[in-house]
Amino acid sequence: MSNLFPITVTVNGTPYHREVEPRLLLSDFLRHTLGLTGTHIACEHGVCGVCTVLLDDRPVRSCLMFAVQANGHRVTTVEGLAKDMEHLHPLQEAFSEKHALQCGFCTPGFLMTLIAFLHENPNPTEEEIREAISGNLCRCTGYQNIIEAVKLAVSKMNAAKGK
Amino acid sequence: MTTSYIGERIQRLEDPRLLTGQALFVDDLHLPQMLEVAFLRSSYAHARIRKIDTSAALKRPGVVAVYTAQDLGAYWQPGPLLVSPPPTIQRISFNTRTQVALAKDKVRYVGEPIAAVVAESRYIAEDALTDIVVDFEPLPAVVDLEQALLPNTVLVHDDLSSNLAAHVIQEKGNYFAIKDQADVIIRRKLSYDHGAAVAMENRGIVADWDAKSQQLTVWDTTQAPIPIMNGLARMLGLSENQVRVIAPFVGGGFGPKIMMFYSEEMLIPWISKQLARPVKWIEDRQENFLATTHERLQIHNAEMALTKEGKILGIHDIFLHDTGAYDPYGLTVPINSQCTLLGPYHVPNYYSEFSVIFTNKMIVTPYRGAGRPQGVFVMERLLDFAARQLGLTPADIRRRNFIPPDQFPYKNEIIYQDFAPLTYDSGNYAPAMDQAIELIEYKKFVEEEQPKLRAAGRKVGIGIVSYVEGTGIGPYEGARVTVGASGKVSVATGVGTQGQAHFTTFAQIVADVLQVDIHDVFVVTGDTLKMNWGCGTFASRGMVVAGNACYAAALAVREKILKLASEVLQSPKDTLELSKSAVCVKGMPDKKISLGELAVRANPLRGAVKPGTEPGLEASAYFGPASGATANGVHAAIVEVNPKTMRVDILKYVVVHDCGKVINPMVVEGQIHGGIAQGIGNAYYEQLVYDKKGQLLTASLMDYLLPTSYDVPRKILTGHMETPSPLNPLGVKGTGEAGAIPAASLFVQAVENALENPKLEICEIPMSPNRLFELLK
Repeated sequence: MSNLFPITVTVNGTPYHREVEPRLLLSDFLRHTLGLTGTHIACEHGVCGVCTVLLDDRPVRSCLMFAVQANGHRVTTVEGLAKDMEHLHPLQEAFSEKHALQCGFCTPGFLMTLIAFLHENPNPTEEEIREAISGNLCRCTGYQNIIEAVKLAVSKMNAAKGK
Repeated sequence: MTTSYIGERIQRLEDPRLLTGQALFVDDLHLPQMLEVAFLRSSYAHARIRKIDTSAALKRPGVVAVYTAQDLGAYWQPGPLLVSPPPTIQRISFNTRTQVALAKDKVRYVGEPIAAVVAESRYIAEDALTDIVVDFEPLPAVVDLEQALLPNTVLVHDDLSSNLAAHVIQEKGNYFAIKDQADVIIRRKLSYDHGAAVAMENRGIVADWDAKSQQLTVWDTTQAPIPIMNGLARMLGLSENQVRVIAPFVGGGFGPKIMMFYSEEMLIPWISKQLARPVKWIEDRQENFLATTHERLQIHNAEMALTKEGKILGIHDIFLHDTGAYDPYGLTVPINSQCTLLGPYHVPNYYSEFSVIFTNKMIVTPYRGAGRPQGVFVMERLLDFAARQLGLTPADIRRRNFIPPDQFPYKNEIIYQDFAPLTYDSGNYAPAMDQAIELIEYKKFVEEEQPKLRAAGRKVGIGIVSYVEGTGIGPYEGARVTVGASGKVSVATGVGTQGQAHFTTFAQIVADVLQVDIHDVFVVTGDTLKMNWGCGTFASRGMVVAGNACYAAALAVREKILKLASEVLQSPKDTLELSKSAVCVKGMPDKKISLGELAVRANPLRGAVKPGTEPGLEASAYFGPASGATANGVHAAIVEVNPKTMRVDILKYVVVHDCGKVINPMVVEGQIHGGIAQGIGNAYYEQLVYDKKGQLLTASLMDYLLPTSYDVPRKILTGHMETPSPLNPLGVKGTGEAGAIPAASLFVQAVENALENPKLEICEIPMSPNRLFELLK
């Protein structure tokens, strides 16, 4: 029917070998081919940031990439942030403590955007945080608690480093 | 020691699942043999369908079936009327015209489904849409609300004599008799355009008909799984026991997901039954703009009669309400506007008349606020303009008209959306205003900061508005509480959940009643197999109605626990106390039995039980309030307008809100923050723009602008007041819509104040930088 291309993508540390159609979106590959449904899809035109994943540690919108473009690359999704629900990443903990999520649908995209951001800028100002998340849409929280959560995560992560 | 969770900022129990990508949303389902559907939708707002040719689509490899209206046979029926017009209103007319699963002879809005393609993947199904040929005869579109009733206008529904869907008059006192006594009459035309809810998760349905067990399972992004179950059973000719509807985690609702039945909701289960395979349809974002319901377009011609002291003598309002192509949701939205307009004020005389109009646009159903923002906009603007004319401050004119606290219950005489007379159960309005003024530091801003900043050339302004919110309407919800053999407690309720923290707040209530650790309470919402009686999550009623049902069920289980423990411990009930998942005799902590062990004893496997014994430590209970609980609040803000770009920064935002007893302040604040963001989007960024042909020009997130982290207030301060509702045992009132309702009214008042132009009067929502420039010219 259509041409299939073999690709190898390492997702959350595990290499996956699959044959895919060239038009298959990376977001659909993660969700439907690999069953990693933590990455969500909300606009499929690159505006909302919900589908953000890390490609070689840089945030990308997985709805704007084809799976074949990820061939040979490393992808990190929200499933790769914590070992299990009892051992959350400090950013995840801070989101819960500051009530930075309601329906939670946009949350994986925010987390992945922020993981990359905090790696680049471990001590951001409030204005820098506001800018960092300005490409991610949330319809529930009004963003204030997300900003508070990032501030808390920064202090948690710095405290962990100091230990 | 007793455990007390109610009133505390308890971290949410559902968060770990959502934060790790483990929460199930509808699109996460992958069932073996599952097919996917794509819809061919109308590209015309109004056209006759002469012919549909699906033959090429059927030949495409991977396509399993293509359905048009003709293929549905007897299943093709107009959908049910979800909300009937209130039978208690006397001067009322209503023409029911509800949506269909697939358009047959005529399409009535851009995006209306015409054909469904079922294929092995969504990619193939979408390919096949391009194979379908439809022969349309385009018709002029009805778009302009004020033109729609003119003679010789084309008809949206050919069998009606006009585009009038409904007409309602409600009256309190006699406006016409007092009008002559007025010192001042304020008369304005005020309009509010369409916006969209834009939940981050689009709609979606997975249906799985299992022919062997004759069972249909449906996963739906609905806010009302139980009515979906009942409706599907009726439409498909099944018993309710054959249909299970699950609303798993739902990525935001805000109203449009309470609408039923969407065309896709009627079709996907039917297709699964036809093909005996699981079938999935997930809406994409463009479909979400075109084919998920809208709200808000109304045009009011309103006048307010006042004394020179600023006391309201009466209000006269005639308005048009756009219902779109169909009216399945009855009159809920315009009646909410009509009633909520009265606000927290004593309005002795009120004449309100509205006409609901069919247009060639997407159907209108409630979106967060549900008609209330429009009513509040009319009232607050009239007060603002009256205050200007009379030389009063916005706060003063409101204070002079507040209903005093000794007047409750306050009867507004007209009929509300729940068919009952509009009565405010409780409230205390002036202190909320005082607290808001204090929190925003009104005096300091107006007397010190604003003059200084203005002298420096900065356009800063302040605003303050107030509102009421009718919440927690009936008819009822249910809950089942069960203590299991492990000592864990399960709570099942029928309302769906879209981010409101039900897993936590309902658990807080039950944990307090049963004195267990909140982490031992597991809440199930929105699964009809676990609870099959109830209505849904809407109208800020989850906590009021389902919360009180949880409370009642927990109290009933507590009684069962005490009764059984009394027998086991051989001690009268009043000597017992619950503590830490056990029952003990007061003062004798060793004489105790755990709840888990009691649960085992309550469900014996051998031996005889006493006549009338019910098994288990379980109880179901239902709660239905006589009428809605009225919440209220005051919002205030300080804004700065950049006169070159008309960008508006909200420097400070204050909310003082009274939703009765607060179960979890953190959750209430979250609801308010989110509502404010939506209200601000509504005020300045979001607009659904239709052209003259009825094409939606803003059907993407590039064109329809949601507020980002830059556009929301820099800081929201929240003040809580607690005037408990006497209408329910917990004393709670709803809060879901409180943020959204007054935000736009506040925004424009503050912007006017900032711009210092005495001629500027903002009489329409939404504003935008462009529109502000135009108004200032």
